[in-house]
Amino acid sequence: MNFGLILRAFAASAVVAAGGATLPAHAQLVKIDGSSTVFPITEAIAEDFQQSQRGKIRVTVGISGTGGGFKKFCRGETDISNASRPILKSEMDACKAAGVDYYELPVAYDALTVVMNPGNTWVKSLTPAELKKMWEPAAQGKIKTWKQVNAAWPDQPLKLFGPGADSGTFDYFTEAVTGKAKSSRGDFTASEDDNVLVTGVARDVNALGYFGFAYYTENKDKLKAVPIASAAGKPAVYPSTENVENGSYQPLSRPIFIYISAKSLQRPEVKQFLDFYMKNADALVREVKYVPLPQRVYQYNLEHIAKQQLGTRFGGENKVGLTIDDLVKLEAKL
Amino acid sequence: MDQAALGEIRDLINRHKRWDLIFAAVGLLCLGIAALTFTALVIDMALDGAPRLSADFFTNFPSRRPAQAGILSAWVGSTLVMLVTAAAAIPVGVSAAVYLEEYAPKNLLTAIIEINITNLAGVPSIVYGLLALGLFVYAFGFGQSILSAGLTLGLLILPVVIVATREAIRSIPSAIREAAYAVGATKWGTTWDHVLPYSLPGIMTGVIIGMARAIGETAPIITIGALSFIAFLPPAPIQGEFPFLSFEWLMAPFTVMPIQMFNWTSRPEAAFHQNAAAAGLVLLLMTLSMNALAIYIRYQLRKRIKW
Repeated sequence: MNFGLILRAFAASAVVAAGGATLPAHAQLVKIDGSSTVFPITEAIAEDFQQSQRGKIRVTVGISGTGGGFKKFCRGETDISNASRPILKSEMDACKAAGVDYYELPVAYDALTVVMNPGNTWVKSLTPAELKKMWEPAAQGKIKTWKQVNAAWPDQPLKLFGPGADSGTFDYFTEAVTGKAKSSRGDFTASEDDNVLVTGVARDVNALGYFGFAYYTENKDKLKAVPIASAAGKPAVYPSTENVENGSYQPLSRPIFIYISAKSLQRPEVKQFLDFYMKNADALVREVKYVPLPQRVYQYNLEHIAKQQLGTRFGGENKVGLTIDDLVKLEAKL
Repeated sequence: MDQAALGEIRDLINRHKRWDLIFAAVGLLCLGIAALTFTALVIDMALDGAPRLSADFFTNFPSRRPAQAGILSAWVGSTLVMLVTAAAAIPVGVSAAVYLEEYAPKNLLTAIIEINITNLAGVPSIVYGLLALGLFVYAFGFGQSILSAGLTLGLLILPVVIVATREAIRSIPSAIREAAYAVGATKWGTTWDHVLPYSLPGIMTGVIIGMARAIGETAPIITIGALSFIAFLPPAPIQGEFPFLSFEWLMAPFTVMPIQMFNWTSRPEAAFHQNAAAAGLVLLLMTLSMNALAIYIRYQLRKRIKW
């Protein structure tokens, strides 16, 4: 007797007992999943969209991380995937194998913010080279004091805080700083919960950490942002909306995206949601403390869809140091 | 008896009494630590969350504005998932326990099954989540629905229900069964009319302990894909038109209280952390009221047992 068959028969009877196998056909549902970084933006859009539709169209937003979101997206389980980095080669292959075509839409910019304790008086700014010295894998067990990073700094222990390895923020920061995604020392305090990092840095005068800009703006009274010089000798700039917009806060500003399935777009409710997203992105992105893109980029997004320009502009790789201007050009080219 | 021996005995008694006192003090201290920690946590949470508790908090959907955000989809989701959990775990668990206690032959196979049921109670909940993701969500095609979540939590608390039911059945004096057999009752008749009703208070306790655990579970629910933002309710189970009863809600997407809390605590804004505290308070009250209900039902049932 086949055990699997029995299970299936049991399942089938359970479904029949439950009164129907699938979601009711009349429910107009837009399913979104993916990055926790993009979540606040998409959530804000979804909230206002549902109010504007008076509940006719329903939107759900989950958080499974950028990678987890793409897994579901490429299995065709979701209509839209939130992503804090461009789609990777392996994910492109998975989508292709499942026959899922998609449009890539940049929706905002985020500034990764390096923070330290307000009691830290010695650091005035940091360069990517100094960040690399602190965070590269070779630093593990070796770079233990501030003095080792810069001889002018005190001989006090260096305590590092950062997001865990599943996060897109970790991927971007490691790539921007060490040149290779996920290449980081392992002996730092890692947490998937950014509030843990905030508390950690706020309590220890020798601490340094990094996370998204929104967490810094909410905790300005407890933390100090470090100005970043894009290279040695260049002026150091603070993370801020203006500095992200004018492209001077580099290499730690990054674009964030939504990916939308071409097949789902044929459903009117998904198209309506997308139009609403692009129309209201500017105001709502600002409200949740991210940096909006120039209005014309949202327009380009809609044009790309109208012209059916599928796929990604990034070729399966993350690009570090892309300014908003670069992104505009990249989008306009198509 | 001479004075020396009497003195020795008194010494001995005093020594033992001292030990008695020391043990009582240590025990009280341990109780104090546990109770204080718990009280401090609850008070801290209450102070943070109480100002947010209003009627709106229960009737609003989640929102990006902390002051307007509420737990409607979360508490409805939790309640519905618990319904499915109870519907799945109680019949299966109680039947399994009755079989093991009343019917199963005492042999090696039964012994192995018994040991495994006890072990299952200690399996980390994430393992149930992964099993359910493969089985309920994909193999059975239930999707990321209330049904999947309820069945997962049902599996999770099954061992607790079985163990508690067996304990309850075992505490029924065999004289009761023998009396029933003596007047010609069948095994089933004895079980249904006597053993089960008398062990109901114990079964209830086990079920409630299990449900209280299930309502706070996050890991397996996240694994099978509960959502973080959902601003609508599942279809109502009672419809205005024929056939009046609808089971569509079983297949609806959902969120539950612990996930809503988790989402709020991981936000940057401090106001959301207050929302999380308030939601925690509500979750605590839900658990406490489930326990209170169980105690009340148990009390009512015990009153009817006349032996």
